[in-house]
Amino acid sequence: MKLTRHGLHSEMIEKIERISGEEISKCYQCGKCSAGCPVAQEMGTLPHRVVRHLQLGQDERAFEAEAVWFCTSCHTCESRCPKGFDLSRVMEALRAVLLRRGEAPVRPEDLPAELFAAAPQQAIVSCYRKYVS
Amino acid sequence: MKYGYYPGCTLHQQAEEFDVTTRESARALGIELEELDSWQCCGAVFPLATDAVINLAAPFRALAAAYEAGVELVTVCAGCLNVLRRTNNLVQNDDETRDKLVDFVEEDYAGEGRVHHLLELLRDEVGFESVSERTKRDLNGLRIAPYYGCLLLRPPDEMEFDDAEDPQILENMLAGIGAHPVSYPLRMDCCGAYLPIGELEERRNRAAVAVMRSASAAGAEAIVTSCPLCAHNLEQCAQDVPGAEMLPVLYFSQVLAYALGLDADSCGLEPDGLHAGVCEKIGIGEVK
Repeated sequence: MKLTRHGLHSEMIEKIERISGEEISKCYQCGKCSAGCPVAQEMGTLPHRVVRHLQLGQDERAFEAEAVWFCTSCHTCESRCPKGFDLSRVMEALRAVLLRRGEAPVRPEDLPAELFAAAPQQAIVSCYRKYVS
Repeated sequence: MKYGYYPGCTLHQQAEEFDVTTRESARALGIELEELDSWQCCGAVFPLATDAVINLAAPFRALAAAYEAGVELVTVCAGCLNVLRRTNNLVQNDDETRDKLVDFVEEDYAGEGRVHHLLELLRDEVGFESVSERTKRDLNGLRIAPYYGCLLLRPPDEMEFDDAEDPQILENMLAGIGAHPVSYPLRMDCCGAYLPIGELEERRNRAAVAVMRSASAAGAEAIVTSCPLCAHNLEQCAQDVPGAEMLPVLYFSQVLAYALGLDADSCGLEPDGLHAGVCEKIGIGEVK
């Protein structure tokens, strides 16, 4: 692919940086986040690759990554990052943009009724916060 | 000392045994917990988007209410602790966000208050030796796997709960009440959180299964946690983990309250059900 200065500084990437408070270029792609991520096996794209897409100006590929929804905000990546980069916040920013566009992965009406009887309130509320709005 | 108690929504509903055993443990140890007059759900997850200020309004209100009442807050739910403590840090350090919250909630609060986990009070105020001296039952060396998960520990610089790389607070509490804390590799790993709730994993939660197997392989007879979401995910493992590897899941306060003399029924222990093995080992009934 051809990299251009324009591609590396898209408006969307600036928006992700504003929402997350993180500087995307700070990440030097060591992959420690992906190595320690407890749900990496569920992610089609590894967490550090999501950041790579953003660094290359490929924000739509970052948005399409399943990793965005599979991140549990456990902060294991952040606590191990040699650069002090908070990937959890970047994932949240990507989710926030999608949710604000109305692209939510979960519709409350599709959740089974027995879930509401069995799951703790904390689980339901956190699911709504992360996946509904 | 009197503290403002913030049970959180789950302890008032699904995890009543967590609430009852927290209150009874505190009472037995001379910690006065008085529930805040008015509080609402903290939001369960700390908002990581810097512009999601509205999600901070509920925890801000609880923090401000406790300060107004002149009490420091105590909670035991790992989710509530995470949200309340991080909100308080933010209010202390981010003037712009604080000003928005002050204007919106109409409470003048600048992060002066403190938020404690009951375990921190046991360690720092009561002392685990003193907890040990006040036990009325022996747990007979029940092999318990302490499960920390994420929310108590991370991010380390905001939570300052314990050594985030090698926490010992649960182990020390358990040893103090006569249990045998079991060391196992996945005690600080994520349980999968809300992934299986949103059915993104179609109810197969590999993260929780890995934690359960790790504890089981280390020879534990039960797991304790301080998080209702962790407890739920670990309990749901039963569909993917063979019965012999499946451990009963308890809140730390259930074993603590039992050791301090509360009856098994009030502790939510089920001698004829889920906790048969545990109850047999600790000999339900007698008080020293």
